[in-house]
Amino acid sequence: MADMHLANLDGELSSEPIRAGFGRGLVAAGKRNENVVAACADLTDSTKMGEFAKEFPDRYVEIGVAEQNLVTVGSGLAAAGKIPFVSSYAAFMPGRCWEQIRTTICLNDQPVKLIGSHAGVSVGPDGATHQMLEDLALMRALPNVVVIAPCDSVEAEKATLAMAKDSRPNYMRLAREATPIVTTSETPFEIGKAYVFAPGSEVTIIATGTMTYHALAAAEELFKKDGIDAEVIHCPTIKPLDTETILKSVRKTGVVVTAEEAQINGGLGGAIAELLAENHPASLERIGMKDHFGESGDPNELLEHFGLDAKHIRIAAHHVIEAKK
Amino acid sequence: MADDDFVIIVSRMPEYSLKELEEKADIIRQDIIKMLLAAGSGHSAGPLGLADIFTALYFHILKHDPKNPDWGERDILVLSNGHCVPVRYAAMAEAGYFDKKELATLRKLGSRLQGHPERVRLPGLETTSGPLGSGLSQAIGIALAHRMDGLKDRWVYVVMGDGEQDEGNVWEAAMLAGKEKLANLIVFTDRNNIQIDGPTEQVMPLEDFKAKWEAFGWHVLEIDGNDIEAVIDAVNMAKAIENKPTMIVAHTVPGKGVDFMEYDFTWHGKPPDAEQAKQALHELRTLQGKIRSEHE
Repeated sequence: MADMHLANLDGELSSEPIRAGFGRGLVAAGKRNENVVAACADLTDSTKMGEFAKEFPDRYVEIGVAEQNLVTVGSGLAAAGKIPFVSSYAAFMPGRCWEQIRTTICLNDQPVKLIGSHAGVSVGPDGATHQMLEDLALMRALPNVVVIAPCDSVEAEKATLAMAKDSRPNYMRLAREATPIVTTSETPFEIGKAYVFAPGSEVTIIATGTMTYHALAAAEELFKKDGIDAEVIHCPTIKPLDTETILKSVRKTGVVVTAEEAQINGGLGGAIAELLAENHPASLERIGMKDHFGESGDPNELLEHFGLDAKHIRIAAHHVIEAKK
Repeated sequence: MADDDFVIIVSRMPEYSLKELEEKADIIRQDIIKMLLAAGSGHSAGPLGLADIFTALYFHILKHDPKNPDWGERDILVLSNGHCVPVRYAAMAEAGYFDKKELATLRKLGSRLQGHPERVRLPGLETTSGPLGSGLSQAIGIALAHRMDGLKDRWVYVVMGDGEQDEGNVWEAAMLAGKEKLANLIVFTDRNNIQIDGPTEQVMPLEDFKAKWEAFGWHVLEIDGNDIEAVIDAVNMAKAIENKPTMIVAHTVPGKGVDFMEYDFTWHGKPPDAEQAKQALHELRTLQGKIRSEHE
């Protein structure tokens, strides 16, 4: 088993918003390649493009509150040889401009890097309008595009640098709140790869984005409190799915729990359900939003309210293991 | 270093007289009719109305090389109202991008000539379009990139419809181009006053059209879009404008050159049948060289 060089999960983990890693990665990508440019729809600082805008003012375009224009200008920048990163809140992009993404970026095959920040219920008090939960389903349905949800700021930085080198259209979802940092600079990241963050034999827990931390915490409790040996797969690339790593684990454990801060319909849970149904039918329980919207509240309170935490992953693991017997 | 490295290429197309350009427009119209008949579906009125603008672009205005569509120094032409692409295919074939025989494959399985244009399938197309209102933004992205790269004398042209300006995306783009003072951007609106559900001024009034674009920070010219000389003159005037993008409001006759199609919005989205095509070709052939008789 390859060493994942994770942070010491038994110790106190430091936390940072995932989007902060994107901000650092964007500046680094900009320094490495002068064709890296950026545009934002009036959310420059909250999507963490501010540093890039300061460092490279001539390579930054303020679009205003106009997400349809944001992504189509991005398509044009790419057509002229640039590597454009365009950002907004996920609720608005891809939320408001999906057709433009479909036609002018995916079908047109332009390597625009779409950054959807503030995804998930953990946006908190802003409420359901701003808690984007359908972005993974929206983007996963499109051909030609890569869909990424990093688990922490360190991985987001690596993902940003990888996206700048990737010749395809990419979508990356980010979260607003501070997320525990579980990876280190040594942890591998490659677009299209899933990683076994914790090896185990009795149940496969597949998580993406903010839920990977919760999956690791759940595995810890399953082991210490219940004597269950859970394998945790972190799946930062939802499309294309690393079917090999996932199926290898499921062939071993026989049962699966998925975890994401998004609608399970069409999201990671949907992707895994499709994969298993066609390749290796297995008992599956999906943790995520179950066909309803969020609401205002404190982020942690909301995660617990909607069952998006280690406790619910642990319960789901028991369910699927029971089903095996 | 070879001697020809020092040759400055202004255009890789030969110079044509106005009469020759008008003849080309007529050939392009005939090819549009033949393509639409062979395809059995598609849009008639818009492409016919745009034949003069596309002739002016492909045979006089654009810096381009049909044998090297990806030529790094080419001007960019974005077609926003993708349903009018038959006129672009016909102009491209006439200019030598591909064999004219391929025009008969329009809308057929496996064809590079998709019903709505797809960049990845056919070299020489700059974007993929069809869903309306997104071409201007893409052209702005290209124009911004050219400015970032400090490219001089590189023009980005757009052809867009009038009906498509019901789309909000257009006005988002209009604001941005005005804000960025993109003087390297020259846009034609095919002001033919029709859209699918009827006359534009009934479906969703666009007037005062000129004032709207001026209010967004654009230089606006109004011309007869079926007058090739006027099209060329307008582009020359647009190039002289500093610090503003230019909108050329090109008043065109939908279905231009085919009597029974002219001004009739029902021809927006349908092709001629065999008998209608025969009549259309007859009209175009007998008018050949006389379409713009006032220039002779």
